[in-house]
Parts: sequence; C-alpha cells; structure tokens
Amino acid sequence: MTELDAQQLIDKLGHDTGAFMNERGITRPLLVGIRTGGVWVAERLLNILEIRDELGVLDITFYRDDFSQEGIQPTVKPSHLPLSITDRHIILIDDVLYTGRTVRAALNEIFDYGRPASVSLAILVERSGRELPIQADAIGVRLSLETRQHVQLSGPDPIVLEIVD
Amino acid sequence: MRHFLDIARLNHEELTHILDTAKSFTSVDGQTVKKVPLLRGKTIVNLFFEPSTRTRTTFELAAKRLSADVLNISVATSATVKGESLLDTLFSLQAMNTDTFIVRHPESGAADFIAKHVAPHVSIINAGDGRHAHPTQALLDVFTIREHHQDFSRLRVAIVGDILHSRVARSQIEALNILDTREIRVIAPRTLLPANVEQLGVRVFQNCWQGLRDVDVIIMLRLQKERMQGAFIPSEHEYFQLYGLTPERLALASPDAIVMHPGPINRGVEISSEVADGPQSMILQQVKYGIAVRMAILSIAISPGERGAGHET
Repeated sequence: MTELDAQQLIDKLGHDTGAFMNERGITRPLLVGIRTGGVWVAERLLNILEIRDELGVLDITFYRDDFSQEGIQPTVKPSHLPLSITDRHIILIDDVLYTGRTVRAALNEIFDYGRPASVSLAILVERSGRELPIQADAIGVRLSLETRQHVQLSGPDPIVLEIVD
Repeated sequence: MRHFLDIARLNHEELTHILDTAKSFTSVDGQTVKKVPLLRGKTIVNLFFEPSTRTRTTFELAAKRLSADVLNISVATSATVKGESLLDTLFSLQAMNTDTFIVRHPESGAADFIAKHVAPHVSIINAGDGRHAHPTQALLDVFTIREHHQDFSRLRVAIVGDILHSRVARSQIEALNILDTREIRVIAPRTLLPANVEQLGVRVFQNCWQGLRDVDVIIMLRLQKERMQGAFIPSEHEYFQLYGLTPERLALASPDAIVMHPGPINRGVEISSEVADGPQSMILQQVKYGIAVRMAILSIAISPGERGAGHET
C-alpha cells in the first residue's frame, strides 16, 4: 500500500484547472463534483479557485451502465444542480478516472438538466485502464497501474489517497 | 424484494432503503428532461381491475421517468369481459416478454395469487387489493410524513374515518409500526372499525375531540361508499358533524401538524374545504411524492440482485 500526498495533488489540480480556464477564457465556471470522492475534491477546488457560486453535486447511480448486473446502489442520494445550467461552462470533477464509464454517466445526467456551453474534466488521479474515449483536461497525477491495483480515497477531512495492491 | 405485495413483509431496513431511494428520485423532477435511463428496455404493465386515477397515473409516470415502456390495461377493455380467465390474461401478457405487473384488484389477496403463478422473471407490485393492502400508498404517506418530521419515535399519528373498508389504513398502520411511531391512533365510529382493531397496535378513539388532541399527523380516510352495503353511518351530513376535519378540530392538534388524505377527497364529508386547501394540507404533495416512491419500488423490484431472492411468495 502506497500513500500519496493528497494535498499536493489537489494544489496541482487547482493550478492546472486555473490554467486551462485562463486559456479558454472561462471566467465563471460551474463546478460539479461526482459523489462521493469527487465532491470532496470539488469543495477544495472551489476554495483554491476562489469561486463563490454553489457547488453542483451529481449522483450518477441512475445513469450507470451496470444496473442490469448490479441493481440499485443502497447508498444513492439526490443529485443537486443549480436551477439553470444552460450556457454555463461546467467543470466536472472526480477523484479517479479509470474506465471512463462514470464520466460517461455524468455527461448523460448533465445533459438531462440542460445544455451547457462546455464541459471540461478535472481529475485528481488519472490511472490507466480506459474503456471509453474520455480524457481529463486537468489532472493531479497520472499513474500507470496494474488491473489488480486500485486507488482508494477516504475523507472528507483529511483526504487520504492510497494505492492498494 | 422481487414482489412488492404488502408492508408486513418488510423490515425496518428495507422500508428505510425504499424511502431513501425515493428521496434520490425527487431530484429527477428538477431536471429539464424528467427521465433517467435506469429501466430502459423494461416493459411494465399496469393491470387495473378497478378504477383508479392517482395510483395508475403516478405508476405510469414513475415507469416512464425510469425510461421503461408501459402498457395500460383496464378490465373494461380487456379480454376478461370475453370470458378469458385472469391467469390466461396474465400468461398472454407474460408471453410478450414483460417484466413487471402493477396489479389493482377488488379482491383481497389477488396480487398474492398472481405472484404465485407468474414466471420467475416477472415482478408483481400490489397497487391495492380489496380491503387487504395498498402498500405503495402507505409508503408515500410515510415518505410525506418523513419530509416534515424526521423522528417517528416522537410522533403521534391519527388515522380518521373508515378503517373497516380501508386497505390504505391497514398498510399505513403496518408501516408506522415498522418505523417505531410513538403512538398510532384510529378515530372512527364502532361501525367503521374492524373487530379486534386494537391488535393492530393502535389506540382507539370514537370521539374526534379527544383523539385529535396534540397529534402531529392527521390522516383522513375517504368514506368508501362503493364498498358499503348497509347502514354503517346514519348520513354523510351526520358523519361530517361527528368526524369531518374542520379548522376548529385541526386546532386541537399540534400547531405544526400536517393533514393528509389518500384521495379522492369528499369535500364536506370527511374534510372541509378550508382544511383541504389550507397551509397544513399535504394532499397534493402526497400525489407528487407518489411518483418518486413508485420509481423507487419499481427500480428496486427490477434490480437483478433482488430477483429470485428474499420475499418470494
């Protein structure tokens, strides 16, 4: 088991997110965290980027592609997005990008709330193993891991990030 | 939970899981596209042998908001009038590769009977059978209560009216007991109470003025004229004089008490218009929450992990 310096990675992610916002001229983004780990990371980015708007929260349970195998998750909670997301620049935030299926589900859910101007992706740990054509716009760290290894995030305070064999 | 037939078969954890899942579905109502893809490709049949507006339409909307396909079959237009038996109708619908039947029937036990005969991949949801049970109504009622008062162990709930003919009351009492409600009162004339009603775990009042004192929730029941053969009450007018919920009687309850009614309401029989349309009335919220609660029940029943396990009948 290897522990990563979560605080340092969050700072790096905040820096990279700020950089691509500048590059693309995004001044008032809407930060949306994917429950649960993504929300913890998003709360910290809100501070680093000094954004005063409320955070959006997505629970993608109802949009997962494995319902026919897994059924309803017992921990599901309501999603919460602001009244109108149409024409907003959304920054979608999650703790780990692995297969890309969670992000696919989140994109589908976002578009059921409206038509955003753009969606970008900020990820704390981008690991190998993509099954869909999805990539992050800002990352804390990129790791090449074996299938048997997984990244484990616990929180919310403090956020602890570990690689478990 | 493959079938959902009555409340009595649930434990505290299962009941709370349904309510929590329903809470998550309330956010779908805020989406521009009021739909989630969960039950895409599933076929749900509304099989109604008795008229219904709220239950049928909210089940239909719940299924559609889960992206399922819905068939609505009511007895007046079905083959049963041509002499086809209940089971033959059922087997035909099953042959169309349907996944769930939502059944409303005037006979107590009809949903159980159907559940015993369907193929293993089919779920049965009871949408009301005779005087026996109306479990989804009871769940949306406790969901509505929980939105206002979190802690059932502190609540006094009064159910007022025709307990005898009411499948809703029976299911409500079961659900409230599972949630460890502090006190459940039933308020009705003796003629509208079942024998041994005390054994359901309730306190019985025949006088409204005593029974409504300090309660946190008042559930009014509809006077079920269609199920009454004989003189259960002298007249509707007298019933309203003795048991109708008026602003004066509502004032006996706790100041933040809520008023509920499963509908359809008989204004001036069980409830006055001032109360039905007043700020403490949750009657329309109940209808709204009915969609989220039914979405939760449908998706849990169709969950693959639940199939073939648990509450088999």
